[in-house]
Amino acid sequence: MLIRRKSDLTEADVTDPAWYARRREFLQGTAALLLAAGGLRPAQAGHGGRALQYRPRPDLAAKDALTDFSDVTTYNNFYEFGTDKASPAELAGRLTTDPWSVTIDGEVARPGTYALEDILKPHGLEERIYRLRCVERWSMVIPWIGFPLADLIRRFEPTSRAKYVEFTTLYRPEEMPGQRRAVLDWPYVEGLRMDEAMHPLTLLAVGLYGEVLPNQNGAPLRLVVPWKYGFKSIKSIVRIRFTEQMPQTTWHKAAPHEYGFYANVNPAVDHPRWSQKRERRIGEFRKRKTLPFNGYAEQVAHLYAGMDLRRFF
Amino acid sequence: MGLRHIDGLRVGVFTAALLPALWLGYAFFTDRLGANPFEALTRSSGEWTLRFLLLTLAMSPLREAFGWRWPLRLRRMFGLYAFFYGLLHLTTYLWFDQFFDWPEIGRDILKRPFITAGMGALLILAALAATSNQAMMRRLGRRWKPLHRLVYPAVVLAVLHHFWLVKADLRWPAIYGIIAAGLLGWRLYRRYRRRGSPVVVRA
Repeated sequence: MLIRRKSDLTEADVTDPAWYARRREFLQGTAALLLAAGGLRPAQAGHGGRALQYRPRPDLAAKDALTDFSDVTTYNNFYEFGTDKASPAELAGRLTTDPWSVTIDGEVARPGTYALEDILKPHGLEERIYRLRCVERWSMVIPWIGFPLADLIRRFEPTSRAKYVEFTTLYRPEEMPGQRRAVLDWPYVEGLRMDEAMHPLTLLAVGLYGEVLPNQNGAPLRLVVPWKYGFKSIKSIVRIRFTEQMPQTTWHKAAPHEYGFYANVNPAVDHPRWSQKRERRIGEFRKRKTLPFNGYAEQVAHLYAGMDLRRFF
Repeated sequence: MGLRHIDGLRVGVFTAALLPALWLGYAFFTDRLGANPFEALTRSSGEWTLRFLLLTLAMSPLREAFGWRWPLRLRRMFGLYAFFYGLLHLTTYLWFDQFFDWPEIGRDILKRPFITAGMGALLILAALAATSNQAMMRRLGRRWKPLHRLVYPAVVLAVLHHFWLVKADLRWPAIYGIIAAGLLGWRLYRRYRRRGSPVVVRA
C-alpha cells in the first residue's frame, strides 16, 4: 500500500540543515584526506579590521545561522570595482575611506558637507543581525554594526517638502576601476520613501562582524534595508539628499521593467528573467523559500498597505 | 570514432579539453569555487559550452584560410565536447537550481526566453551528438550535412542565452557574439561568393 503523507515537511526536513551548514568542514575534511599537503587553513579568530564598540540588539537579531565572514567579504556585488563577485574583495583595498565626508542637502534645515566623524559622533552603535536577499536569488545573514537612519534624519531636520531620501555613492574612478566603464550610469544612486527611511529597521552601517566595514562591503558608511533586494542597500555613501520627487535610482534607470524603485523582496513577483520564489542561502545546498519582505513583513508590510505590489515592484 | 582516428594530436586535444571539467570537479571538492560554488559550476560549464561551440565553428574557416588539414580532424571532438559541457551545464541547472522540480522547470522553459534559448541549443546539440558517428553518417547519407548545419542556429541560441542572462555588463556576451557573428558571417560570405562566380575552382 502506498502511504501518502500530506506534505507538511519543510526543506529543512528533507536534508539536515546542520549538515549543510557544515559543508565546509566536510569538504575540508575530504580535501585533507585527498591532499596530504592540505593547503587549507582554518578560519582565524578576529578578522584584522579595527574593532568597534557596540551594543548587541538580540531583539533585532535574526535567528538564522550567520554567513561565514569569508563569504560575506569575498562574494560582493559592488560594480564600482567590477561586475563579478570576486573583484570588489581584490580591488577595493585601494579605496581611501579616511578622510571621508558626506554632503547633506536638499529639503533639509541643516544642509552642509560634514566629516564622517561629525556624522557619526552622536550615534551609539548597535549590532543587528539581518538577512540580506540579493535580487539574483542568493542570500546571506550578516551581523551589521550601525545606527538607525531615522536618528540621523531627525538630526538634520528635513523640511515638510521632503518626501524621499536620495543616496549617492562615491564617484572616484582612480580608485574604483569599475567606474571606468559605463556599465551603469555612475555615480550609483539609490533612494527611499521618507517613511521607509524613518523605519526603525533601516540601518546606516559602519561595520560588520564587530569590526569596521571592509571596503568591499561599502566602507565607510552604507545603507542596510533588510526587507528590500540588496541593490537598495547602497554602499560608500557621500551624499544624502532630501527631495520632493522620487529619486531616479541607478538600476531602475538601467532596466526600468526589471528593477523598480521599491524593490521589496517579494516571492510573488518574478524578475522578468527569473523566478524570485526561492533563494540560495550562501553556504547551503538546498534552496530556501523566499519570504515576503524577506521575513520582515510583520514590521514593514503596513508601509505598503493598499499598494499594488505587482505594479510598484 | 574508430581506432584509426586515434593519434597524438587527438589524444592531446582530448585531454586538454577535459581539463576544465577536471579543474571544476577538483575546485568544487576542495572549496575553491568561492561563496556560491553551485552558481560557479553553472556559469563555468555554460561558458565552456559556448567556447567549444565557437571552436567547433572555427575549424572549417581555419582549414580554408590556411590550407591546414588538422582542424577538420578536431571538429567533431570539439562539437562533442560542447555537448558534454552543455550536459554538465544542464545538470547543474536541473539539480542545483531547480532540484528537479519539473513543473517549475516547465514554466521556466516557457516563460523565460533565456531558458528557452538555452534548452533549444542543447536539444540541437543532443541531436547532433547522437548522429555524429560514422554509422549515423552512413545511415543519414545526404541528409547528414543539412542536419548538422543546425549547429548554426544552436550557436545563435547559445549566444542569445548568454546575452539575456546578464544583468548589465554586456562585455563577454558581446565578445562571444562578435566571434559567432564573424564565424557565421564568413560562411555566408563564402556562399555568396561561390554563387556569384560562374566557375568554381577548388584546390
